Amino acid sequence: MNILTLVRQVPDAEARVKINAQQVDLDGATLVIDGMDEYGVEEALRLRESGANVEQIIALAIGPKRNEDALRTALAMGVDRAIHVETDEKFDAVTLSRVVAQVAQAENAGLILVGGQEADWDSQALGAASAERLGWPQLTWTNELKLDGETLTGRHDVDDGNESFRATLPAVVTTQQGLNEPRYPTLPNIMKAKKKELRKDDPATYGLTSKVRTVGAEIQTRARLNRMIDGKDAQAAAQQLLDLLRNEAKVIA
Amino acid sequence: MILIVAEHTAGKLAKATLEMVTAARESGREGPITLLVLGQNVAAVATESAAVADQVLVADLPGLATYNAEVWAAATTQIAQEGEAHTVIIGGSRSGREYAPRVAVKLDAAYLEDATKLSSNGAALQAQRYTYLARVTETVEADGLVVVTVKPGSFAPAAPAAAAGEQYDVELSLPAPRVEVTGKSVEKSSRVALTEADVIVTGGRGVGSPENFSRYVEALADNLGAGVGATRAVVDAGWRPYAEQVGQTGKTVQPKAYIALGVSGAVQHLSGMGKSKNIIAINKDAEAPIFKVADYGIVGDINEIVPALIEASRK
Ligand SMILES: Cc1cc2nc3c(=O)[nH]c(=O)nc-3n(C[C@H](O)[C@H](O)[C@H](O)COP(=O)(O)OP(=O)(O)OC[C@H]3O[C@@H](n4cnc5c(N)ncnc54)[C@H](O)[C@@H]3O)c2cc1C
Repeated sequence: MNILTLVRQVPDAEARVKINAQQVDLDGATLVIDGMDEYGVEEALRLRESGANVEQIIALAIGPKRNEDALRTALAMGVDRAIHVETDEKFDAVTLSRVVAQVAQAENAGLILVGGQEADWDSQALGAASAERLGWPQLTWTNELKLDGETLTGRHDVDDGNESFRATLPAVVTTQQGLNEPRYPTLPNIMKAKKKELRKDDPATYGLTSKVRTVGAEIQTRARLNRMIDGKDAQAAAQQLLDLLRNEAKVIA
Repeated sequence: MILIVAEHTAGKLAKATLEMVTAARESGREGPITLLVLGQNVAAVATESAAVADQVLVADLPGLATYNAEVWAAATTQIAQEGEAHTVIIGGSRSGREYAPRVAVKLDAAYLEDATKLSSNGAALQAQRYTYLARVTETVEADGLVVVTVKPGSFAPAAPAAAAGEQYDVELSLPAPRVEVTGKSVEKSSRVALTEADVIVTGGRGVGSPENFSRYVEALADNLGAGVGATRAVVDAGWRPYAEQVGQTGKTVQPKAYIALGVSGAVQHLSGMGKSKNIIAINKDAEAPIFKVADYGIVGDINEIVPALIEASRK
């Protein structure tokens, strides 16, 4: 069985985002592998290390050239090879799931691991849409995972708490905090990764047309009062805050 | 028609459903607003739904007793197809955002995820949504058949319609669920749900300990009738359950007042609470990033300020 892990290169959480001509401009921003996807890469490696029958772990990225860095990170962490469908066009997650499904089939994947939410588009759709295209079940927001033969067990978050689950491969699993601590690539592994295959695929072969258009973007700023209350006298500060919340902001009774 | 999948828990319609009705009314899309109620023993939910919708479709089936992504996706798709819906609205809850993409694929529809605003521009449905950890608002649009998820707390709850909608029972052919749930732990809180609370008191690592969290954060919340939130640092330390986490990987909240005690204000935290109407921060570090987004701030020690607040709010 092969595992497909999806990775993306996104701005670092602290990076400043700019808007240029109604579009997000990442020029000059520090970019990193999406932390949520990193949990997926780590988990694929751990499943293999724990003795699961995993032949190959393949990392897939779809998007602009910068995603090569995410693939290099995944290769240095230990995945066997990488595929980059390079395109500058912005496709929505449901459209991108076409590529994921086709690659999963071509590469004989039995398990897909992908981050629960993308740190740039804030989307949670890629895993679910890929699962639907493949006709597979999905487990989202997973924070514990075991693979025994063809049987996946684990735990994941749901609306009102969490659930333990059992499912049979093939499946899509979306990953999140708590699942593991991703390893740092060591220098020898970074060197080794340079020799691993990073295949470039032509997006045209996947037949993509996005149904969603981005027509504008704005930085969210909300004017805040920034009213500071002197905290030296705790009693007075507490009273003043409550008065302001009652009479000025009118948010408490 | 506009098809909305009702969200409900414990036999009651969720506020999120009323918000979706408002989203539908504001979307500029035509046709009757139809609520689809999926579940078992949902007669009361159907009656509540009828008050706000033009019509209510009720699937009261044992196979719908508990949520499952594939079952919900199949049910929603079948009804959308039979009713020739051009717009399908699903809640932006964890589960909603889990099965909605499947519906979009099944219907070969465009998917507008986690909308905070909806409007029509000619044939296109336009949606605003937050991106880049909620620092950017993007406007996206799509034509034709569209599946939309609506971010909780973004629309005002709908007032009842002039006349109650008709209720109809529907037949469904449901797939067998392939994910077996072998255990469940419900993180129940005796307090108001975070996504429904008008006031939230959140504690960060600066609160100091799990004992202080009860003594300060919970006590203040109880005096104010507020919900209780926590930062990831607090959840990771095991002081509080994950259900209370606010932020990128926790809940998104938009209360009238968000009171942050000993919270630094990391971007991942801000992404979950930055849209609150009023932000109140108490932190001993005057340089803490949380003060940049605060409406009211006190630079001071939790151990001094919060007991005074609890005392004063009791009066
Ligand atoms: C992928 C990813 C996802 C994440 N998702 C989330 C998320 O969903 N939610 C979230 O919250 N975080 C999230 N984080 C973590 C986030 O980056 C921060 O680490 C976290 O929010 C910090 O929590 P904190 O403010 O409680 O703790 P700290 O950063 O430790 O801050 C504690 C604050 O308390 C103040 N303080 C200390 N003692 C006192 C005192 N006696 N009186 C007053 N003030 C005091 C300090 O000055 C400080 O500002 C995520 C991180 C990553 C990488």
